[in-house]
This record gives sequence, C-alpha cells and structure tokens, in this order.
Amino acid sequence: MKTLQVRVWRGGPQGGDFQSYQVPRQASQSVLDVVTYIQRVLEPSLAYRFACRVGMCGSCAMTVNGVARWTCRTHVDQVCADGRLELAPLANLPVIRDLVTDMREFFDKWARAKGRFEGRRTRRDDFERVAPDSEARKQVDAAIECIGCGVCYSSCDVVAWNPDYLGPAALNRAWTLLRDVRESANPGRLRAVAGDAGCHACHTHLSCTERCPKHISPTAGIAGLKRAAAAAALKGEL
Amino acid sequence: MSARREALLWAAQRASAALLALCVMVHLATMIYAVHSGLGAAQILERTRGNAAWLGFYSVFLLAVVVHVPIGLRAVLAEWLGWRGASRDWLLAAFAAALAWLGARAILGVFL
Repeated sequence: MKTLQVRVWRGGPQGGDFQSYQVPRQASQSVLDVVTYIQRVLEPSLAYRFACRVGMCGSCAMTVNGVARWTCRTHVDQVCADGRLELAPLANLPVIRDLVTDMREFFDKWARAKGRFEGRRTRRDDFERVAPDSEARKQVDAAIECIGCGVCYSSCDVVAWNPDYLGPAALNRAWTLLRDVRESANPGRLRAVAGDAGCHACHTHLSCTERCPKHISPTAGIAGLKRAAAAAALKGEL
Repeated sequence: MSARREALLWAAQRASAALLALCVMVHLATMIYAVHSGLGAAQILERTRGNAAWLGFYSVFLLAVVVHVPIGLRAVLAEWLGWRGASRDWLLAAFAAALAWLGARAILGVFL
C-alpha cells in the first residue's frame, strides 16, 4: 500500500515544530481525511478543528503545503504530487494548539468594520423591494457568500505587516452592507473601514481573491470601498 | 477626520498616478527623440528657453511627482518601519517641498 509522508505542526502559543507521520494513501482522500487518520490512529492528542466536512462551515481551514485551504474540500491528489504533505495552522492568527488557531481577532475585526446589518425598517413595515438585476444587488451577490473561514485573512500580506489591518473578509462584509439598499449605518461604516487599518492599506496583491474557496474577490470589494470613501470625502460626508 | 484624510490622500495619489502615466510617456518619447536626433545641449536649450508649452508640461509633471511620491513613501514608512503619526507627515511635507524646489530649479534652469 502506498503511504503519504505527512509533516504536521505540533505546538502551542510558545512555539512548536513539525512532526512526521506515515498515513496510508486512499482513493479520493481529502486532506481532512489525512488529519483525521493521524488523530484517530497515530496521535490521539493532535488538536484540529472541523465540523461539516462538506465545505459549508469553514472551520477546517489550515495551511497545506504552504497555502491556506479548506482541508475538507482539498483532495490529496490536488496538492501532493510527490507523496509529501505539510500541514500547519492558518498563518496570521495566534495558535491555540497544533492546527487550531484563535479566531477571535478575525471576528472582532468584522465587528470593528461594522459587519452587522442595521436595517431601517421594523417588523411592522412592508418588505423592501430589491431588484435582483440592479447594479448594487449584483455587487452584493458577488460577495455575499463568505462563510468566514479565514483563508483570505491568513493569505494576506498586509495583515502580516500591519496587525491592525481589518483584513479582506471584514472589508468584504462591509462592502456587501455598503451596497445593501436596506442599510442605515453606512456613513459610519465607511468611516470605520477607511484609513490606515482599513481599505486604504490594501496593496491589491490579490492573494485573498486567488485563494478564496468561495471564489469571492475581496479585492474588488475593497477597491469599491476605496472609491466610495474617496467620493464621500470629496463631498464632505466622511 | 483621519478617515477623510486617508481617503483624500488616496484620491490624490490615484489622480497623480494617472497624470504621471501620461507625463512619463511624453517625457520618454521626448528623450528618445532628442537622443536619436543627435541634439546637443545648445540645440535643446534653444527649444526649451521661453517655451511656455514646455514649461507648462513639466510643471504639471513636477506637480504630479510632488503629490505622488510623498504619499507612496508615507505607506512605505508605515509598513516597513512602523512609523506613523505627525512626525512622519511633517518629514514628508518637507520632502515634498524639497522635491518641488529641486524640480522647479531644474525646469526654470532650462526655461529662463
């Protein structure tokens, strides 16, 4: 039987190192299958995180051979031509233990970017009519499917340089709300996402866009935020 | 206020970049023409002295440089050295003034 040579990062907040394991190669084997095999058969103390196993929850993202990915939707065939795998926790996030990162800062930044919907209508009002083919709605549709896995945040060079940077996911969320005609909190939201820690820090490297498993382009949303902020500033509304 | 300043600086850098793209192309084409035509210093000065169009073009070029370069350096200083705040911005304002002075000297040197 063929085997995979798998190096897995083990450690905690104080540091750690890679340990090697040999895992039997299977047909249609996902990287998450590999991690699960190691934890169930070889190393019961290995910490990792997963939930749905079908690309819906976003909790199994890890660094696979140097690239942030969902491990459940990554087949070994896609990333492992030479029988070697290297698994590490997501970059740009503090490690709790082994392959598990602390996502608090990532989600706190969504809150800082005012990522919460604040509608104007109450339950006594009628529904807002939103034309599906309107330009604003099409822009929202292109960006709305984010499930908060952290792959973009982990892949972003600007997050690595500037820990205060809100990151692609939080800015993408702000963009969807900025283009939502039902929203009431947008002038404040634009103030929250403009500046050195916000959309203006983006270098348009496109790593987030390249690696987003949902094929969203946070870069496009961030560019939209920059244009909206410039327009608001010129009108004296920022 | 900070968000507004950042947004306006971004807009200024974008606008100056668009100008620079045009100015650099015209500048390069002029340089290539001058070299290929074998123009000497005296012949170049003959064309630039008292030429208002030439003065206007290079003044716009200089203005774009003076706006664009310090804003870009501002981001470099923040990202590479972690230098933010008023001290950085004052230094860059001085740098912009130095660029403007040196550039104006160069332009006027061949215009007057």
